Amino acid sequence: MTSPLEQKKIKITGPSVVTGNRTWDGAVVYRTAKQGWSTALSDAAIVSTSDDARALLAESVADDVGAVGAYIAPVELREGGMVKPGNLREHIRSKGLTIDLLPA
Amino acid sequence: MYAYDELDRTLINERVSEFRDQVKRRLSGELTEEEFKMLRLQNGVYLQLHAYMFRVAIPYGTLSSKQLRRLAHVARRYDRGYGHFTTRQNIQFNWIKLAELPDALAELAEVGIHAMQTSGNNMRNVTSDQWAGVAPGEVEDPRIWSEILRQHTTLHPEFSFLPRKFKIAITASEHDRAAIKIHDIGLRLHKNADGETGFEVLVGGGLGRTPFIAKTIKPFVAGRDILSYVEAILRVYNQYGRRDNIYKARIKILVHELGIEKFAKEVDEEWKQMDGGGLTLDHSVIDEVRARFSYPAYEKLPHMPDELKQAAHDPLFERWRKNSVAPHKVQGYSIVTLSLKPVGGPPGDATADQMDAIADLADKYSFGEIRVGHEQNLALPHVAKRNLPQLWKALDRLGLATPNVNLVTDIIACPGLDYCSLANARSIPIAQELTRRFANHDTAEMIGRLHINISGCINACGHHHVGHIGILGVEKNGEEFYQITIGGRADENAQMGALIGPAVPYAEVADVIEDIVEAYLALRDRPEELFVDTVKRLGVEPFKERVYATR
Repeated sequence: MTSPLEQKKIKITGPSVVTGNRTWDGAVVYRTAKQGWSTALSDAAIVSTSDDARALLAESVADDVGAVGAYIAPVELREGGMVKPGNLREHIRSKGLTIDLLPA
Repeated sequence: MYAYDELDRTLINERVSEFRDQVKRRLSGELTEEEFKMLRLQNGVYLQLHAYMFRVAIPYGTLSSKQLRRLAHVARRYDRGYGHFTTRQNIQFNWIKLAELPDALAELAEVGIHAMQTSGNNMRNVTSDQWAGVAPGEVEDPRIWSEILRQHTTLHPEFSFLPRKFKIAITASEHDRAAIKIHDIGLRLHKNADGETGFEVLVGGGLGRTPFIAKTIKPFVAGRDILSYVEAILRVYNQYGRRDNIYKARIKILVHELGIEKFAKEVDEEWKQMDGGGLTLDHSVIDEVRARFSYPAYEKLPHMPDELKQAAHDPLFERWRKNSVAPHKVQGYSIVTLSLKPVGGPPGDATADQMDAIADLADKYSFGEIRVGHEQNLALPHVAKRNLPQLWKALDRLGLATPNVNLVTDIIACPGLDYCSLANARSIPIAQELTRRFANHDTAEMIGRLHINISGCINACGHHHVGHIGILGVEKNGEEFYQITIGGRADENAQMGALIGPAVPYAEVADVIEDIVEAYLALRDRPEELFVDTVKRLGVEPFKERVYATR
């Protein structure tokens, strides 16, 4: 879960997406294949090579009115084409807090 | 309470207008994120995992009921109905929208609250003892000096682009509740042999990846000279601080690398050259700031009113009173700590409804004043003892009377990986599990004073280094692990905790802490020996043995 903000080099070892936060409200968004942003991980463009990832990231960073803090994040591809976050950090970003907000 | 004058109000309002324009230009694309980032940080706006996070300053931890109600309103109107009180007398909102931030700031400005310099490489919120002005035996109200420093350093160009962030804390009591020894500059008000009030100045404290306890640079600086002396320190830091390496940029590294003697010599030379530099405070300036602090019109009340004698028959009330009520400098009054650490709750969080209710109780029982402590609890600083039973009942209904202040479940925790973009591991669920394990108040009382501090990464916002038990989240091969330290403390005898051994996985943390506490109960030489004192007497080994023997 090393913060991507601290990563100097990002190794692409499997399917990945580009994610960031929507500029006007900060919501978690994913870069789509249509050069837009979506709040649904299932809409994200999936890349599997370092070159494709870098290209998708460069295009995403250039669109900083749409979203900020773009970075490459791992995903898991499940049967039936379902896309799941690839680590705990991304799971929390995608699904929300893991905690109870009120005393249990 | 401190009353803002026209100058303060103008400054805050102008800042809101300025930021509104910056946000507008950012959203239109006129400003890139790179250009905007520093501007938003200087207004307390971070980008976190789920959204923007908005950090609002509560200077020296003092709030009026009106201000707290406005914070509740911001939580409700612009966020998700709650806020998180931090370890530096700030409140954070976790789900704020950038487009709505100027409106939120404008609403806060109406009641004299701002977010200036709650982030960025500048002088941060000057913090102080949450019992300032009401603690018995205090030399003087340290907030007067906090306010003088706040005024001098706010938007000061020389302090706006420091090598790194800079934090000052001030205490005026023998027992340090402001954690001054883990600040860039710690100031301890005291009187010298001639009866003159001044400061012991400490420098170079801090946590993070390279923790240091602050060292005394000057045992006594007269009050009138404190601005010039602090400025001399900052000038030396500005000149020699490591701007080339973010990990070595804090003043603690400079003090460590130069040595305190050489650093002190540099500061003294700068100070002499400044010769006051127009910063010597004459009495009229100090008195003017002092006069803007209003104090309640206390009644003459008995030390032990009948209401308190009667309520003492209720064991639940007595348990809370003994735990959460502290002596006040004025007879017949008490300081009441409101625990924001309910069993199973996120440490330091308060809902908008709770904030509103606390504001109402402050009006009814505490002259409309609330305090925020670095331990992430609140306090009502002026409660007449006769009102304690009624206050307790009201707090209990709100879930704010957990009698666990300074006990094992009074846990300091950063937001961790549930919120923070820097975190490696979660903090809050660890805290929640520990509060469930130690939920029994009899057990917690039997254990005694024990501070558990949790950070989700090495940046140490949860002050793990100085927890009696410190828990630091790290990442190993994509999994959450936690390093455990013991023996740390943040008070006048501040010291860093010592690591007990290899990091343990998430699922084992609560078991390990239980093992450590059980070891302490078996090892302490009498019930009054505190956990930290047992660790000091015996060292880490017996605890390490207990934890790792079966792991």
